[in-house]
Amino acid sequence: MTGMQKDQGPDAVFAAKLAEGVFEIQKCNGCGAHVFHPRVICPACGSADLGWVAPTGRGTIYARTIVRRKPERGGDYNVVLVDLEEGVRMMARVDGIAHDEIAAGLQVSASIAEGANGEPAVVFRPERGAS
Amino acid sequence: MSLRGKAAIVGAALAGCGEAHGKSAMEITVEAVHGALTDAGVSLGDVDAIATCQPLDMLSGLTLAQELGLNPKFTMNNRMGGSSFLSHTLWAAMLLELRLADTVLICYGSNQRTASGKLMTALGLPTYEAPYKPLFPLSSYALAADRHMTQFGTTREQLADVAVAARAWAQKNPEAFIRDPLTREDVIASRLVSDPLRVRDCCLVTDGGGAIVMRRAEAAKDHPKPPVYLLGGGEGTTHRDISEMPDLTVTGAAQSGASAMGMAGVKPADIDVVQLYDAFTINVILFLEDLGFCKKGEGGAFVENGGIAPGGHLPVNTNGGGLSCVHPGMYGIFTLVEAVRQLRGEAGDRQIAGAELALAHGNGGVLSSQVTNILGTESTL
Repeated sequence: MTGMQKDQGPDAVFAAKLAEGVFEIQKCNGCGAHVFHPRVICPACGSADLGWVAPTGRGTIYARTIVRRKPERGGDYNVVLVDLEEGVRMMARVDGIAHDEIAAGLQVSASIAEGANGEPAVVFRPERGAS
Repeated sequence: MSLRGKAAIVGAALAGCGEAHGKSAMEITVEAVHGALTDAGVSLGDVDAIATCQPLDMLSGLTLAQELGLNPKFTMNNRMGGSSFLSHTLWAAMLLELRLADTVLICYGSNQRTASGKLMTALGLPTYEAPYKPLFPLSSYALAADRHMTQFGTTREQLADVAVAARAWAQKNPEAFIRDPLTREDVIASRLVSDPLRVRDCCLVTDGGGAIVMRRAEAAKDHPKPPVYLLGGGEGTTHRDISEMPDLTVTGAAQSGASAMGMAGVKPADIDVVQLYDAFTINVILFLEDLGFCKKGEGGAFVENGGIAPGGHLPVNTNGGGLSCVHPGMYGIFTLVEAVRQLRGEAGDRQIAGAELALAHGNGGVLSSQVTNILGTESTL
């Protein structure tokens, strides 16, 4: 499966997989680089031969912020950047831990839950074995 | 062929800064245009190229031509956010040097404070960030600040000192929007919005506009005010969305600054006065490092305890910046106007004595686009 399909672009493919409970990222068959967000051509080498692979799901927090929101409007929530083991970074949130215990370096693992608008979204939880 | 010293700013003006009740963004823009043309002693009909970028009007270059009754040879509407205007100066210099145009107008205006009370933007959250609801654009800068603190030990106090310095400069500028005293403790006690950034780490929401007029250097002395020459310029674009920024502690200013200073033939130690786009306090620390005023990771120490305040080792944002003077959404044009005033010796109580070389730096998106201009007086040619 390459990035230049006749039917769907890589954004739609990613979303369809996520809706089925599958979190996959792209891997370039030209240079071997992993790619996220989903793209038509590899930003490392320019190849259009991108396939889909399942990441290990393990990652490390690179940066985090806590958005402060009044309790009556839903309360505080965290927003993080996670570096996946495959070498790509993504925005996400971390569930299952107090916001102020999230810090750069925290080891996390991915699962699929609901995003802000009820859509399927990749979220992370602390790796209990590691922390 | 170099653009060094080939074009000059011969007119500059602000309009509607603070609150401009009952005025549209384009009306504020045109007021600034009128001021800049008057300052330059240039007739409207002499303008043969225009450049603008307005937040909500995708075709703002066309709107501007219509509003001014012009049929310009070139209409520039390149959109990179708040850095756009410092890119417009480079394109203007190219048009002038190639004799494709003789008089270029660059302008901006916004009524976001009186129209909405918050940042007005046509941008929505990016696809791969929307599920996590980061505040746009604040949480992006908060993530950069968090990373800088983690990686280099930059402190909450050092971030605060950027805002304190801006306020101290604003107190010397009668046109600044907020001139009340501000202490480090005030900043740290202000409301937390997106950790580690607090309200006083954030730029103002004001109305305001600015405009400049550029001509070829050979014609620049035909105008009433001393010309301010464009000695160098450069750009850097590293990403659009913060989740795609390769390293949150290194901005495209490292590239844009090196290009601009290389063209100008100057180094950071030569610069007399610095105008940086301070959308948030962390910006100033990042840009001072990336532009080479201090080493990477040492920006916090550089700004600490009044380092960039009046009387400090480097005058930065002498108008009070976006943090305390004016911030109508895309601040870039204001870095240019303040640099012009400093180099003309028109800056009143905040004038840097003998200023000959200025650096103006614009930021667009979420640390995404960086554009640097080096400006100088005739003595620097």
